Amino acid sequence: MIYYLPTHEYARVEGNTAYIGISKYAAEQLGNVVYVDMPEMDDDVNAGEEFGAIESVKAASDLFSPVSGAVIEINEELIDNPRLINEDPETHWIIKVEMNNTAELEGLLTPEAYAQVCANEKH
Amino acid sequence: MSQHRYLPHTPAQIDEMLRACGASSLDDLYADVDPSLRLKGRYALPDALSEVEVRRGFDALNAQNTVLTCFAGCGAYDHYTPAAIQAVMQRSEYLTAYTPYQPEISQGTLQYIFEYQSMMCELTRMDVSNASMYDGATATAEAMLMAVNASRKKRRVLISATVDPKTAAVVNTYARYHRIAVEVIPARDGVTDRRELELMLGAGDVAGVIVATPNYRGILEDLSGWADLIHAAKALLIINSHALTLAWARPQGEWGADIAVGDAQSLGMPLNFGGPYLGYMCTTKALMRKMPGRIVGATTDALGQRTFVLTLQAREQHIRREKATSNICSNQGIMTLHAGAFMALYGAEGLRELNRLSANAAHFLARELEATGKMRLTYPDKPFINEFAMTMADGYTTGALLQALREQGILGGVAVDDTEIIIAVTEKRTPVEIDQYIQTVINL
Amino acid sequence: MNRKLYDKLIFDLSCPGRRGYDMPRRLYDDIELPDAVLRQQAPALPEVDEPTLVRHYTNQSTNNFGVDTGFYPLGSCTMKYNPKINESLGADPVIAALHPAQPASTVQGALKLYRMLENMLSEIGGMAEFTLNPFAGAHGELTGLMVIHAYHDSRGDSARTRVIVPDSAHGTNPASAMIAGYEVIEVKSLADGTVDVDDLRSKLDETVAAVMMTNPNTTGMFEKNIPAIADAVHAAGALLYYDGANLNPMLGVARPGDMGFDVMHINLHKTFSTPHGGGGPGAGPVGVRKGLEEFLPSPRIRRRGDGSLYVEQTSDTALGRVSSWFGNYTVFIKAFAYILAMGADGLAMAGKLATLNANYVMNALKDVYLLPVPGPCKHEFVFDGLADKSTGVTTLNVAKRLLDLGFHAPTIYFPLLFHESLMIEPTESESRETLDVFIAAMRQIAREAAETPDLVKSAPHDTPAVHPDDTEAALHPKVKFSDL
Repeated sequence: MIYYLPTHEYARVEGNTAYIGISKYAAEQLGNVVYVDMPEMDDDVNAGEEFGAIESVKAASDLFSPVSGAVIEINEELIDNPRLINEDPETHWIIKVEMNNTAELEGLLTPEAYAQVCANEKH
Repeated sequence: MSQHRYLPHTPAQIDEMLRACGASSLDDLYADVDPSLRLKGRYALPDALSEVEVRRGFDALNAQNTVLTCFAGCGAYDHYTPAAIQAVMQRSEYLTAYTPYQPEISQGTLQYIFEYQSMMCELTRMDVSNASMYDGATATAEAMLMAVNASRKKRRVLISATVDPKTAAVVNTYARYHRIAVEVIPARDGVTDRRELELMLGAGDVAGVIVATPNYRGILEDLSGWADLIHAAKALLIINSHALTLAWARPQGEWGADIAVGDAQSLGMPLNFGGPYLGYMCTTKALMRKMPGRIVGATTDALGQRTFVLTLQAREQHIRREKATSNICSNQGIMTLHAGAFMALYGAEGLRELNRLSANAAHFLARELEATGKMRLTYPDKPFINEFAMTMADGYTTGALLQALREQGILGGVAVDDTEIIIAVTEKRTPVEIDQYIQTVINL
Repeated sequence: MNRKLYDKLIFDLSCPGRRGYDMPRRLYDDIELPDAVLRQQAPALPEVDEPTLVRHYTNQSTNNFGVDTGFYPLGSCTMKYNPKINESLGADPVIAALHPAQPASTVQGALKLYRMLENMLSEIGGMAEFTLNPFAGAHGELTGLMVIHAYHDSRGDSARTRVIVPDSAHGTNPASAMIAGYEVIEVKSLADGTVDVDDLRSKLDETVAAVMMTNPNTTGMFEKNIPAIADAVHAAGALLYYDGANLNPMLGVARPGDMGFDVMHINLHKTFSTPHGGGGPGAGPVGVRKGLEEFLPSPRIRRRGDGSLYVEQTSDTALGRVSSWFGNYTVFIKAFAYILAMGADGLAMAGKLATLNANYVMNALKDVYLLPVPGPCKHEFVFDGLADKSTGVTTLNVAKRLLDLGFHAPTIYFPLLFHESLMIEPTESESRETLDVFIAAMRQIAREAAETPDLVKSAPHDTPAVHPDDTEAALHPKVKFSDL
């Protein structure tokens, strides 16, 4: 299952684990990604709060976590090759979180609802 | 008014241009400014002066300034400025340029900033330098903000009691409004008390520790092991040093510092009654993207030429607005050209020799002043280069000392209080001037 | 300007054993320092002789564009001419030798110049007092907001945690507010670029410390509603802050203090002709209305009964210190010389001619570039790109093509109100002849956009560097010689 925030982060959920990254739409808007500022292992993240930032040459966006929990892995490939996000943002997640409250997922956007958010932004 | 030398418009041209705009007078262009807001009459300022009159007015003011033989320091040192540097600084292609937002036509500025960054990294032995900050004090305050931001959650910063009080005051100003708790690490025997520091770090809530070497009294502090101690507490080590001393004394990188800051005035920048000087800031690769200020990076252009651009701009205010690492827009610009050209002209050996000449003369003066019996080194066992603190013997005050020296045309130092004075010597001081200082003290 | 890139770095010219200095002989015994505090490894600095160094920096300077080489239509930056007498006085050898800790009795001239400039700026700003200490415009903003903080604190009014900034504001406004410890809220602009007063009113309450504005605003429009805005801000107990970035056109016409502003800063490197120096040193003096003087930062220059001046190092009520000494002193000399040279009437004329120049250019181009906010403007105006949007030529393309034609680019993609912002500020220093050549160049680009769009899209073609790869620069940062 995949869920979204209106701020363009996704959470791909497998059991109690969420893979968090940014959507294709966000990656396109941002342009060439040059750096991803990630939290450290074992850091706590909270739903709706900042956990890092993503930078292109002339823009930067904060990253918000769709879910709460502990960071159990960061995508180290992105340290040397942040452009993977441009290639396929939904494969190249940014952090992996062990969720502590799966009920939070109910408040997130479905792929269809998120597509509507993107369509509205284009106008 | 009559035609002004800075304004190219003739009355006929003004009329033609107004007609092209569909206006009948210059005031027409201000029809949207309500009369109630208008300035009544004209500014209460003098009438325009011709150039010769401007110069005369300035000369009359300047006649009320007296140049003294300078033995004062405390952040502003009287080192010599080579003529070659003044000459290149006056190139108006550099001087009248804007911030290099258009790299295609700003390679001159970008190149000299890149050179400056390179040399500053060598001097401090750090990984990365920004394109400079306003002065050493604001650079230190920005380092504090950077440490707090890098820690994400901690809002407590420690600063040594031996840091120049002006720098500490600026740090405190920035901290107060940014809601950072700044606490002072006490001094012992003229240097930061390490045992106190260990206690203060114990709580584990410290984001950064600010120390200075040479410190306010010119003492070189031994910071061996400090980086390990501070890193163990997950805090950052910020070391403030006057740039020139780094060519001889152990630089921040060799102490394991996370952020190196200080003033680069000592690289031959004229005293100029307090400015412009230059604040420098360098850091480690790990913290590069947390650093405030401009950074110039190398790349290539479409012709394959090595080209320089402003880089890592996503940290900055024009993109991040209230989320920027700092509100700083520019830097000290042309002063980085001064610093770079100065370091290039002297090289590693020349910079060390400047320290040596200054130090040899300073130590000679300190010894001779002690020999007068009227003042003694406040901390006689501590190492120093060209600046030192002395305490007056009973019956003598710094006020009387400075007054006696002033009568000889000498600025004898900076008084800490009635009994203690901080004295600095540079390579510019001649044996005659130094003897005159000593003689004046003997005659007190 | 040179069309060919001089591509050497000073490191490339280094040769072991060369030196560019000489020094007095050692006359005193060598001292030794303990190993623990000694540098372990010498810095790898260049080794060059003096002629090599001078030629290097001279050649490197030819890669640069400056006000002395050509026209800078850079919006919001006020790139006016930097008079040469200013530089001559700023390099005075007596000033160069004055230590900032000298006794006041030996620097009365320096202190008088400082006080006189403060007083002149107070007159021009319609303020009660100024401090010259802040080092730059952004530093002035920060200082001004700290003054506001200190004022509210002095009244025990600690609930004011927010600063309101228009969405058209320069990025430094919100960044300065953040550094000053405030949360930032944005107020909307209307279609004409002016502040939406209703939106502002709805956001004003007892949590707002200040509202930051420029006037004229960043679209070059005079905020006609400023008296109503000032009343609303003051009624809410907040203060109104004036960002002096756009002061130039108001010279001699209207003063921020008279418009109702409480605190302001001035960029001496804009309105008062001191050089930008590729980024500095600047100066950002801060002025306050009556009643706020006590909060200005230390040190202050004060007058004794006998007329002599002294330095008050700290005061209890001041916000604290924002600089080690008195700020960038030689910049004050240059601004002071400029005000003397211009005089009251000259300053007023400069402001009006800046406005005339902007209107002249705007009128001559508004048929081929899209003018979202119709004039008359003040010192600057904003086009929203080319009028003809079918060519695919962007504002960035237009800006880069201007470089080919011998001009600096305008400010682009700012303000954020329009997608293709192209912001032009000609300043009063430019003659009609220069403006006509610029207008012709802008019209040529519009024509090229229609006829040969690829020529514009691939610009610049004729500059020392061409299309630097800034993605590569950010992806693999090389920020020093040893990284190359």
